[in-house]
Amino acid sequence: MVFGAILAGGSGTRMHISNMPKQFLPLDDKPIIIHTLEKMLMCSKIDVIYIGVNPAWLGYMSDLLEKYELDFDDKIVLTPGGKNRNDTIFNIINEIEKKYGEDEENIIVTHDAVRPFVTLRILDENIENAKTYGACDTVISAVDTIVMSKDHEQIDSIPDRTMMYQGQTPQTFKINLIKNLYKQLKPSEKNILTDACKICVMKGAPVKLVKGNSSNIKITTISDYKIAQVIVGGNIAELEEEKQ
Amino acid sequence: MINYVYQLTSPQFFSVKYEDIDINKKVIIRPRYMSICHADQRYYQGNRDLKVMREKLPMALIHECCGQVVMDKTGHFKPGQQVVMIPNSPQRDLEGNIPEESTYYENYRPGTKFLSSGVDGFMREFVDIEPDRVIPFENIPMQTAAITEFVSVACHAVTRLQRISHKERGNIAIWGDGALAFVVACVLRSKMPKTKIYVIGKNQRKLSRFSFVTKTFLTYNIPKDLQVDHSFECVGGEGALDAINDMIEFIKPQGSMVLMGVSENKVAINTRLVLEKGITIIGCSRSGRADFESAIKLMETQRIRRRLSSIIYEDAPVRTFDDMHRAFADDLNTPFKTVFEWKA
Repeated sequence: MVFGAILAGGSGTRMHISNMPKQFLPLDDKPIIIHTLEKMLMCSKIDVIYIGVNPAWLGYMSDLLEKYELDFDDKIVLTPGGKNRNDTIFNIINEIEKKYGEDEENIIVTHDAVRPFVTLRILDENIENAKTYGACDTVISAVDTIVMSKDHEQIDSIPDRTMMYQGQTPQTFKINLIKNLYKQLKPSEKNILTDACKICVMKGAPVKLVKGNSSNIKITTISDYKIAQVIVGGNIAELEEEKQ
Repeated sequence: MINYVYQLTSPQFFSVKYEDIDINKKVIIRPRYMSICHADQRYYQGNRDLKVMREKLPMALIHECCGQVVMDKTGHFKPGQQVVMIPNSPQRDLEGNIPEESTYYENYRPGTKFLSSGVDGFMREFVDIEPDRVIPFENIPMQTAAITEFVSVACHAVTRLQRISHKERGNIAIWGDGALAFVVACVLRSKMPKTKIYVIGKNQRKLSRFSFVTKTFLTYNIPKDLQVDHSFECVGGEGALDAINDMIEFIKPQGSMVLMGVSENKVAINTRLVLEKGITIIGCSRSGRADFESAIKLMETQRIRRRLSSIIYEDAPVRTFDDMHRAFADDLNTPFKTVFEWKA
């Protein structure tokens, strides 16, 4: 089976324009997470979608599903999110295995709730590649030159840009593969994980690249939010008022 | 859901419009195969009048398309069902229904919008569409189903001829040797099996594909004594002038001529002979739901399906803007219909 996993465990209010986590902010006239969920629902290869939500916001999310007529019990499941990204993923994997058991072929498509511009092509290609290679990551070629600095003062190196990519999501894995690799990590290794693909990379498992899309932006800052509003034709003026 | 709409913004220039669509009110369809029409190609190349281009662009192209239902909360279709979409969108009443009309066909009614001619066509990630604009099909390859709209236009033209013309149907001639002529010949052969069908064109290689018609002639070699009951013009463009004037010359009195080819320029025709012979001229370029149903029924016949597939060139799948440009460029070099899988 193929499982979608929308990662909305955060409670961050970094944008300082609202007292709610950014995935619940409106984009045009729907919350960001609803756009993301609806796109995942359009992918017929995904059997069930799990949404990992901060426990304090589970009730709110459940109300949203009802409001937007997305309360399909058999297709969408809400799960409490963990304290970080990987915790949320493994909470979801536990829930999946409790209900559906283990299967070598089970696949999990993990995706940020705050990337509502993902396309069906990206989702489809993730699933195809995870089936073939076990793991894949969505990336776009780096446009800007990447500069490395260990002391944050001076340049140590400038890597060849043609070899540089920027990571997006989805990141998709065979569930058994990611679970087994994660078990092999030492606690110190787990602490430095910034994303799930790194689990594979640290253990030498191949991760196939899937071509992302420059519009598949992650809405994390106020300027990302403004850009997102503009590209869907939303009203920036309202946003400015709310900020004041 | 944020939907990607791939619009032509100016000739040979595509851009994405991001549009929030309500997935609960209409049928949501994933386009699977698309076919390029000359009209799309004219927009893409910038061969339309500048004023028209300015009025209509930006706009997503393509109105010949089939797909699969992804979600339908209106309750008419099941997920995964294969469907074709009708690109014309007649004006609706306050309840959202298309009013019953006896005088006008839905495709010619005032207020009818046509996709990829003023409103966005099917080059979108998903299409949200009213259930009465969707027709399911089975047992037709997607590549062939992609040209249903094209076949439906031929069905419409033949129906119009049947309704308007006098009842003599001994022989009918088609001017043109391209895809439209081929499809009109297919529909005629099926709907009027006893009628002799002649096809008149300029290219012997293309004419040789019309193996199922009575006879083909090169334009400079039409027998002087040829007299046809009715005729179809499937030429368009610069060639329409000679074709229409030949049609007027070779038609019997009171015959009907169906004009189907699009010309950007006005065409000078021999009206004196039109009057003398009492000729009826019928214009046809679009179709409605009944014609789509008729086209699907025809394509369910294996023989016709095979015939149609012989004029389809399947280009490589389209995932990116580069692929879109490639498909339109390849279409210029294919003699008949260019079809491609939509993966964008």
